[in-house]
Amino acid sequence: MTVQGPELHRAGVGLTGEPEGAGVSATPSLQFGRRVRRLFAYPTTGPLVALVVIFVVFSAGTSTFLNAGNMSLIAQQSVVIGTLALGQTLIILVSGIDLADGAIMVLGTVVAGSYASHASPLIAMALGLLACVGAAAANGVVIAWFRLPPFIATLGMYTIIAAGARLYTDSRSFPIDSDLLSALGSGPDLGAFTATYGMILWVVLTLVLGYALNETAWGVRVYAIGNSPAAARLNGVNVTRVVFSVYAVAGVFYAFAAWQALGRTPIADPSGYQIANLDSITAVVIGGTSLFGGRGGVAGTFIGTLIVVALKNGLTQAGIDSLYQEIATGVLVMLAVGADQYLGRGQRA
Amino acid sequence: MPKGPHSQDHRWGNRAALTLAAAMAFAAILPAATRAEDKKFLIGVVELQLANPFFGKLEKAAVDTAKKNGLEVMTAEAKTAGDSATQIAAVENMINRGVKGITLDPANATALVPIVKKARDAGIVVVTTNTSLQPREAADAAYETDNFQAGVLIGQWAKATMGSKPAHIALLDYDLSDKTSKARHDGFLKGFGVGEGDPQIAGSALNMGNAETGQTAMENLLSAHPDINVLYTINEPAAQGAHFAIKKAKRDVLVTSIDGSCSGVRSVADGTIGATVMQFPDRMGQMAVEAIIKAVSDGAKPSGFHNTGTVLITDHPAPGVDSKDSKWGLENCWGA
Repeated sequence: MTVQGPELHRAGVGLTGEPEGAGVSATPSLQFGRRVRRLFAYPTTGPLVALVVIFVVFSAGTSTFLNAGNMSLIAQQSVVIGTLALGQTLIILVSGIDLADGAIMVLGTVVAGSYASHASPLIAMALGLLACVGAAAANGVVIAWFRLPPFIATLGMYTIIAAGARLYTDSRSFPIDSDLLSALGSGPDLGAFTATYGMILWVVLTLVLGYALNETAWGVRVYAIGNSPAAARLNGVNVTRVVFSVYAVAGVFYAFAAWQALGRTPIADPSGYQIANLDSITAVVIGGTSLFGGRGGVAGTFIGTLIVVALKNGLTQAGIDSLYQEIATGVLVMLAVGADQYLGRGQRA
Repeated sequence: MPKGPHSQDHRWGNRAALTLAAAMAFAAILPAATRAEDKKFLIGVVELQLANPFFGKLEKAAVDTAKKNGLEVMTAEAKTAGDSATQIAAVENMINRGVKGITLDPANATALVPIVKKARDAGIVVVTTNTSLQPREAADAAYETDNFQAGVLIGQWAKATMGSKPAHIALLDYDLSDKTSKARHDGFLKGFGVGEGDPQIAGSALNMGNAETGQTAMENLLSAHPDINVLYTINEPAAQGAHFAIKKAKRDVLVTSIDGSCSGVRSVADGTIGATVMQFPDRMGQMAVEAIIKAVSDGAKPSGFHNTGTVLITDHPAPGVDSKDSKWGLENCWGA
């Protein structure tokens, strides 16, 4: 993959983030070897192979990993990080980064949770969602208009929001008993597999964002800015406005993640999800989206999230110390970034 | 900057004399208490981040005790967990301000040792609250929960409640390099009467002491070991998270925890947690300040380790293990 990757990627990045040969299976005249190479040029192939390897290894290594109940657990444990990571993907595609995504989501949960005790759940939820979008849009303002580096701007926002949420709640947590707020944590049982509404929402959101990125003019501009803001500007893209829109739209995903979080753990807790920002970045990077921007997409992020969660789930089941779990995740990140570096360099050569 | 108004050095030049004059002027605006009269003096209270209501209650008890005895108080808090730099700067300020005693809740067991030595060399009584220094003798005395004993209590309760039923234990630990986490963990195993690696221990997993990570860790453990029927948790939020996992998996698990926050006691009352052990942050603050007052007024310096109390809270008392019910717990709990 590494040898042929650069050229094929270069051909493939385009503005949609998909290789031109995406329809490989529809081209039967291709030689098998070329097909395989093309397949690996497709950005989600690497993560998908990694996910399959993880499933095979843990299924063989433990008796409890591969069953419907545990598959459901992995999906349930993925929805919050996965939904956050969708917003993060969008931001990383324009060569940004958001260290505040988890904190913004937690702010949304505590705002909703605190109002749910004395206002209608609908109002509580609306306020929570607004808090998320507002905070994310504030990120967008300082980054797009005031040109602060995203790392620093969102690091600042992260500490402000995290402390703000604690001040707002007086460090209390709010148990959630509203059916509306906790709705995403339940769902129909398909045998031993519980399909929560949160999982369905996660899949739907992934598809919607995938469509927006690949099929709309806005999506084309997002990839164009990620590849080269200067070139995008020359082509008439209003970079400032699109970058702002990216951060604000990411806030919509954080808002959905807040709703997901209330469904999954029905306690709005300002001390929760302390490393969700890093987990979401990990999921995006493992999913093959380039930290340089302009390459990757939501399908990879979906798989990347499952990799992060399945790895943790499987290692716990195998009785492996949590610290080794973190090392394993770290190694995966470095492999993913290493591959990205290699491909990115090839692209620029 | 001059150290204070009491310098005896008369060989200064003009510039020094001016500085001295400035220092005198500065001394005039200092609170009267710093010029240590008999009863009314200044003490310092150094706490951890007040985002945690436990530390808030501890600090308030210390300040209230000092005020009740007519003392002046300076307070300072670490900004985040492990933020010893802020605490060191605070102790330096307190030494400069001429405090007679300091209660310190160290953010780091070793980082604060040198500055505490400096304070004690300056004649200041320094006692630790909640957690101690390494070595403990670096401060005059320590006022804290005996976390090992807290673990022993829930371990004994769980063992007595299980009786002869075979136990499959799960442990939801916080990072075991943390002194408190390790003491609670070891205490639980001791109280239950099992050693590390005993076959009755089905599995363990780390969490961050909150509901969300407690839930995920317990889900994974239950998936691997559906027979788990006894659970130790590092604190009540982790136990509350684990409860969601247990409920979803429709299991029956004896849940034990430690802390005694009001939220945790309510979880004992509604059956989410079987038993928890209450800590008493207010007693830590009160006992620490009283010890300083005693040391300053009659010179009897405090020393050693003082357990500020551990009380088992459960609505299902077990034979041979002393406990109080959740009603008593709600009257004595800390936090919201």
